[in-house]
Amino acid sequence: MPQLHFQDFPPQLVWLAITFVVLYVLMSKVALPKIGRVIDARAERITADLDRATKLKDEAAGVLAAYEKALADARAQAQAAIKAVSERMQKDAEAREAALAKKLAADTEAAEGRIKAARDQAMASLTQVATDITKAAAEKLIGQPINDQVATAAVAAAAKERA
Amino acid sequence: MAEKAIDPLHQFEIVRLIPAKIGNLDVSFTNASLWMVIAIAAVTVFLVGGMRRQALVPGRWQSMAELSYEFIAGMIQDNVGSSGKKFFPFIFTLFMFILFGNMMGMVPYSFTFTSHIVVTFAMAFVVFIGVTIVGFAYHGAHFLSFFVPKGVPKVMLLLMVPIEVLSYLTRPVSLSIRLFANMMAGHTMLKVFAAFTVMLGIFGVAPLAINVALTGFEFLVAFLQAYVFTVLTCIYLNDAIHLH
Repeated sequence: MPQLHFQDFPPQLVWLAITFVVLYVLMSKVALPKIGRVIDARAERITADLDRATKLKDEAAGVLAAYEKALADARAQAQAAIKAVSERMQKDAEAREAALAKKLAADTEAAEGRIKAARDQAMASLTQVATDITKAAAEKLIGQPINDQVATAAVAAAAKERA
Repeated sequence: MAEKAIDPLHQFEIVRLIPAKIGNLDVSFTNASLWMVIAIAAVTVFLVGGMRRQALVPGRWQSMAELSYEFIAGMIQDNVGSSGKKFFPFIFTLFMFILFGNMMGMVPYSFTFTSHIVVTFAMAFVVFIGVTIVGFAYHGAHFLSFFVPKGVPKVMLLLMVPIEVLSYLTRPVSLSIRLFANMMAGHTMLKVFAAFTVMLGIFGVAPLAINVALTGFEFLVAFLQAYVFTVLTCIYLNDAIHLH
């Protein structure tokens, strides 16, 4: 069994010691600090990122609450403004309507007055025209003019009969 | 040729590649030395090369380097606790050295330096001495109470203390023989079946199939024995630091 050749022990032990110590130095001074640094940096980064994410989330929640409050405020304000405007508009409309009605009534009254005057005038001139026609007709029929008083009385009597 | 083929122990032969002597000490550079050098070079390239970019999001190679770091860090944390942190470089070196020694041994025509009892015993002995020193450094003479089991009748202590001492002293032996025997047996078996494959001609398919399975199995053993050696070192260290 080659494992029991005692003359082979010293070179194996010497080289085991050399290689093991070299590897130990390489690991403890070079490789492990390098890996440890990277792993620590990553863990730190992850923790920091998580912290930042939590902070941002809180911030976002705050912003959302503020936004919702602002929205509600704006909505209430808009509602109030709409209400005020519509009230004012209604009042205006009512006032305008009243003024218009008043004006219309006045206009109607004036028109009625004018119509009455025109009718009176027309009626008066109608009597005159009837009298003139009556005079002219009587003159043609009897060959001589009749006096105004008789014609006027005849027209008045006819108008009374027809009314 | 057939005679050579069925000598499954030939692969464990130490060959002096560069004979050298310092005084009476034989310091020849042997095939074992060569594979030790290759192993530590491979470990260093594996770790330093993997970490060359130090990326925040690791690639495949960097992941493996970090995985080995975290594997051993986790093992120490689980078995020893945070007081074991200062032994991390040593435990890590031990694990990587044995793991790469075992794995390199799976390369055909290579040499498995962990299949030599003198190598495994030297490592186990260093662990044993180191753990004992740690025990005395942490607890002084009180460390000796480790050999006195609690809650045992005084009369029984006459029997128990020698048993405890003996079991403590056999630790380096069991630790070294476990690794050495596993590696040696596995490689011997591979060689035996490989020899059958050659000898049986067309019927060599059967031992070849066995060898394929054995090769997979040997990779498992290569990892497992490195793990066992390391985890036992952690457990011994835990005993020394925390006593029972």
